Amino acid sequence: MVLVDGRVARRRAERRSRVTFVGVLGEVFITAGVLVLLFLGWQVWLNDIVVGGQQKNQAIEQSQTWSKGEASAPAPAVRPDPGPPIVMASAPADDVQFANLIIPRFGSDYTRPILEGVAVHGALADGIGHYPGTQMPGDVGNVALAGHRTGWGAPLGDIGNLMVGDSIYLETEDGWYKYIFRTFAYVMPTGVDVLAAVPQNPEAAPTDRILTLTSCNPKTTAAERIIAYSIFDTWYPRAGGPPPELAPEVAAAAAAG
Amino acid sequence: MYGALWRVLPGPWWVRALILAAAAAVVLTACVLWVFPWVNDFITPQDVTVEGQ
Repeated sequence: MVLVDGRVARRRAERRSRVTFVGVLGEVFITAGVLVLLFLGWQVWLNDIVVGGQQKNQAIEQSQTWSKGEASAPAPAVRPDPGPPIVMASAPADDVQFANLIIPRFGSDYTRPILEGVAVHGALADGIGHYPGTQMPGDVGNVALAGHRTGWGAPLGDIGNLMVGDSIYLETEDGWYKYIFRTFAYVMPTGVDVLAAVPQNPEAAPTDRILTLTSCNPKTTAAERIIAYSIFDTWYPRAGGPPPELAPEVAAAAAAG
Repeated sequence: MYGALWRVLPGPWWVRALILAAAAAVVLTACVLWVFPWVNDFITPQDVTVEGQ
């Protein structure tokens, strides 16, 4: 009996330790699943932090190039009317940076480069894209921008957190254009009328200066588009110093650079 | 597969655990540095723009 028990036990041990096809297949599947989860975590979290940081540094670097030799003291809270904003004559070539998007609601140090065009492997991979044919910052009409809400740095990841009255700045070589966030809209991906000089009214002649941000909605899907409309408030010529709200960040960047 | 790997490794259990942890760290680093960015290039980014059909 002892002999039989020993043989049974040995056979059981062999069965347990034997590498079977199904066993290996299962382990391969589990490993693949873990790798896919890791990839997703990398894509929507870790890589967004890394790429977002790169985009921010690019924006800061460009801002410092523009500011070279200019006063860094903030513009006074009360100042004379700066007059109508200077508007860039024409857009640069595709995928070339010409402005920065600064939204204090997304963090006091939030700044991202704005590049011409909305190519997914061009401007949108490196920051915010500017719809070709829409107006330039400060112009009468509509400055239409697009950015990712998840992945690829997620420059507009927090777009849903905007609150009425939030300031949004477009920084160019000429200075800072301040817009005030007014309202959201939700449209289908074919809703191109949001890009019109008078949004949703393509035939009308523009009189207002509008900023339109577009991103995907709901977050992490692409079924619809979230639209954030803002309206021009004032502008700060570069020679007069940065807007008071942004002055601490501009000074910190200048000190670090 | 993993069971066989465990039995093939030499040394007491904590040496095997150390070897496996080091191997996992190497695999993870390679994924983050090379494999994930490479895979990402094949994934069509989500559309964030509005455009006509």
